[in-house]
Amino acid sequence: MTISIDPQKTNNESLQPKGWLRYFSFSLDHKVIGIQYLVCGFLFYLIGGTLASAIRIELASPMSDFMPRDVYNQVLTLHGTIMIFLWIVPVVNGAFGNYLIPFYVGARDMAFPRLNAVAFWLIPPSGLMLVASYFVEGAAQAGWTAYPPLSITTPQSGQIIWILSVLLLGGSSIFGGINFIATIIKLRRPGLKLMQLPMYCWAMLGTSLLVVLSTPVLAGTLILLSFDIIANTGFFNPVLGGNVVVYQHLFWFYSHPAVYIMVLPAFGLVSEILPVHARKPLFGYTTMVFSIMGIVVLGLVVWAHHMFTSGTPPWMRLFFTIATAFIAVPTGIKFFNWVATLWGGKISINSAMLFSCGFIINFVFGGITGVALAQVPFDIHVHDTYFVVAHFHYIVYGGTVFIIFSSIYHWFPKVTGKMLNEKLGIFHFIITFIGFNLCFAPQHWLGLNGMPRRVAEYDPQFQFVNQISSLGALLMAISTIPFLINVFLSVRNGKKAGDNPWNALTPEWLTSSPPPVENWEGEAPLVEEPYGYGKKLSEQK
Amino acid sequence: MTTLDSSKEIQKNNSEVNETHEDFRMFGLITFLIADGMTFAGFFAAYLTYKAVNPLPDGAIYELELPIPTLNTILLLVSSATFHKAGKALLKDKNSDSQKWLFFTAFLGIIFLTCQLFEYFHLPFGLTDNLFASTFYALTGFHGLHVTLGTLMILIIAWQSRINGGRLNSQNMFPLEAVELYWHFVDGIWVILFIILYLL
Amino acid sequence: MLNKNFYLILIISLVFAISFWIGFNVNLLPAEASINAPIYDELFKILFIIGLIIFIGMTIAVIYSLFKFRKRNDQIGDGIALEGNLSLEIVWTIIPSIIVLLIGLYSYNIYDRMGGMKELNHNHEMMSSNTEKIWAGISQTSDNEISINNLSIEVSAMQFAFLFNYPKGNFISGELHVPVDQKVSMKMESKDVIHAFWVPEFRIKQDIIPGQPTILNFTPTKVGKYPIICAELCGPYHGGMRASIIVEEESDYNEWFNKNKKQEVNL
Ligand SMILES: [Cu+2]
Ligand SMILES: [Cu+2]
Repeated sequence: MTISIDPQKTNNESLQPKGWLRYFSFSLDHKVIGIQYLVCGFLFYLIGGTLASAIRIELASPMSDFMPRDVYNQVLTLHGTIMIFLWIVPVVNGAFGNYLIPFYVGARDMAFPRLNAVAFWLIPPSGLMLVASYFVEGAAQAGWTAYPPLSITTPQSGQIIWILSVLLLGGSSIFGGINFIATIIKLRRPGLKLMQLPMYCWAMLGTSLLVVLSTPVLAGTLILLSFDIIANTGFFNPVLGGNVVVYQHLFWFYSHPAVYIMVLPAFGLVSEILPVHARKPLFGYTTMVFSIMGIVVLGLVVWAHHMFTSGTPPWMRLFFTIATAFIAVPTGIKFFNWVATLWGGKISINSAMLFSCGFIINFVFGGITGVALAQVPFDIHVHDTYFVVAHFHYIVYGGTVFIIFSSIYHWFPKVTGKMLNEKLGIFHFIITFIGFNLCFAPQHWLGLNGMPRRVAEYDPQFQFVNQISSLGALLMAISTIPFLINVFLSVRNGKKAGDNPWNALTPEWLTSSPPPVENWEGEAPLVEEPYGYGKKLSEQK
Repeated sequence: MTTLDSSKEIQKNNSEVNETHEDFRMFGLITFLIADGMTFAGFFAAYLTYKAVNPLPDGAIYELELPIPTLNTILLLVSSATFHKAGKALLKDKNSDSQKWLFFTAFLGIIFLTCQLFEYFHLPFGLTDNLFASTFYALTGFHGLHVTLGTLMILIIAWQSRINGGRLNSQNMFPLEAVELYWHFVDGIWVILFIILYLL
Repeated sequence: MLNKNFYLILIISLVFAISFWIGFNVNLLPAEASINAPIYDELFKILFIIGLIIFIGMTIAVIYSLFKFRKRNDQIGDGIALEGNLSLEIVWTIIPSIIVLLIGLYSYNIYDRMGGMKELNHNHEMMSSNTEKIWAGISQTSDNEISINNLSIEVSAMQFAFLFNYPKGNFISGELHVPVDQKVSMKMESKDVIHAFWVPEFRIKQDIIPGQPTILNFTPTKVGKYPIICAELCGPYHGGMRASIIVEEESDYNEWFNKNKKQEVNL
């Protein structure tokens, strides 16, 4: 049943291809798999970004004139699905998790390396399948939420391929989650206590718990939906006596936690990056751990806040309002702790630091609109409008994607042994930050004043603000160019990084850059104080 | 990019490090079963919600016959016990005894599936008749799929526990233990399913 | 020391002042045209001000730290080895908890005033079957509820239009006409996929669900023509699925109603 394999048996690296070819092989090395996740995810980010640009071009004018209306719905569906399931979730979990977690627990690989490779290799085919469905009969066009009965009545082939693809990606995510939980709990180096783990381990533990508990529900729901489409059952088909609201409950039981599956790992990563560049210990380690676990528990019981205007009884609305608003408390603790980490440090203003601080500012904004959206009376007006679009882009783009870039600037020297160019990096940050806020801040106003989401045409009075938003999107698209140039130039002839260019204390920096196949030449070091900055240990340099 | 020269030394180190870890494959399996259980939980939640808010159309209320599912419950409970026997026998190096118990367990699984199919063919409703019927077939079918997989795996480990050339013995118990845990899980799900679907 | 505290207090009061000024002077919302709207705007204003205080405060803290604690060229070594401060952490657990709780209670109060917690009753003559499950909606009431007789309208949504059935006049209209200052009670049902009925100027929205009727009650307060927008993705022409609601003086409304009324049906 399980595809579990002893780590002892995974050392046949001599049989594996070497050099860059490794990245196209069924490698069992967690570092290779991490890079595979990252590069694969980034390619899908470019596809999803192209789709986003198409949406912003369409919305630059109030008429539906850039593409046919059904194609527009396919584009927005694919944009959402690709960005969530093929870019953010795999990268922030799979890429950084696979690369870093074994270092952090003092292991030479993940608990189940073969399962790990399987989890990655499920992603490219399902992603390609999803994109290719456009050329069959048109891709799915019911939005990434695939609400029935719309998803039952739109062309079937696209929707079925979408379901199949999301099921495979969900499977990949569950395999990854099982692997992370086993690695963090069971594969820790002897002598390493749980409360000594770097914060990213805790974040990944929480995330993986959410993955394991909620993704299967989505899988079950989509199987039922596919029965409705192919086998003519009536689970969610009102014509046959089904109930469309049940789908929404089941779907959001996964898809609210999915927000935390996208955001908690980013919380973990920023907790690694800030102390290094601020030269200060992470402020309030214990409260950070408890707030992560608090978010996990609360995250599982708030799903119906997406359904305040659907058919839900009043008591349910009230409960989910209070529960949702309370997530702001553990989240707030984390943000105060990060600012306290900066306070009194010796901060290096570099690209990694700037993206992390950009994350804090954007996410605080998104969090505030989130608390507002949790209030039923507030949500009733702005539900399904551009206000919501703006809110969740502040969370997943302004939050998580900023952290993905911050992490790339932070760990690039470890992965490649070369430094990224700081000037290009700071330039990248500035246009990303401006472009992002220019694109999404005005959308709050659009939503409040009457522009619903997922529309190809809108009231002409909104044209000017939409054009500002499109201009921001253009800047965001351009911002990818300096980043790509930076990466290509630095990989080829970047400055040599050395083993520990940031003078950091977490275990991945205590080995060579790039690290050897089994992570350490000798025994894994025991790092009891991953954030011991300002103490004698790190004062040496 | 990386040097493989010291791989031998590392390999030695590696096995040393790993010896200090307990076997965590069981842990992984348990995590997987929790995930699998959540799929069933979703189906159960959907079924109970339908039952509460979507009453069946008039004249469509079917009483489920109890004899077959009761027999099936007993079959699965007994098979859990026989599987346990098989494990005990293998631990005492009585491979042929273990093999017999395993085949018997698989046999019970096959009878369960046969009974299930028999019930399907004699039910007064089909998959698409109404919401209750669809949910009934989805739940029992998904569970039946688990039983089918379990039975196949039991047959495989039964074959592997043969005395000559088999891979299973008292030193290598993991495959048997893993399938046994899975089988108990499937068994437990059936008991919940039986209570919710047939008795409530 | 006194100097430091003075600046801190100055900055905090400045943040509060700016937030309150913006909260009271920047209007991000469309016109208020129902008795729901001012209630909603009250909540919005409070949330906006609290949000601004937190956002501006956090932004200043981050930018100030980046500036004040940046590493100078000649500096070596680390910052202070401060690993936490329990009393500070308790403070920023408890204060947000209280704020969140107060916001929750306040928004409950707002929701109650909007009629969200009321038993949904749709006094519709034709709706005789009490067993029919009404799922959700807003049941808004005004003070003079009893004195006026409610206007009952049946809304049906389909790809890609709204139809408004006036049972008392036995006619169907593509435009929703309602008299000002009177409670309107709508029973909504969809013919195909999920739609949503949204009037931004009224601050109300309710999904229109196939197979499950929903109720929406409101009282318009301002004469005018407002858009009705479908807010749930319902297919290719979702963006074009709009209608208008025309709020008019009672006499104008009666004139329109009588013009459209079908006389031959007398129940
Ligand atoms: Cu949510
Ligand atoms: Cu619509």
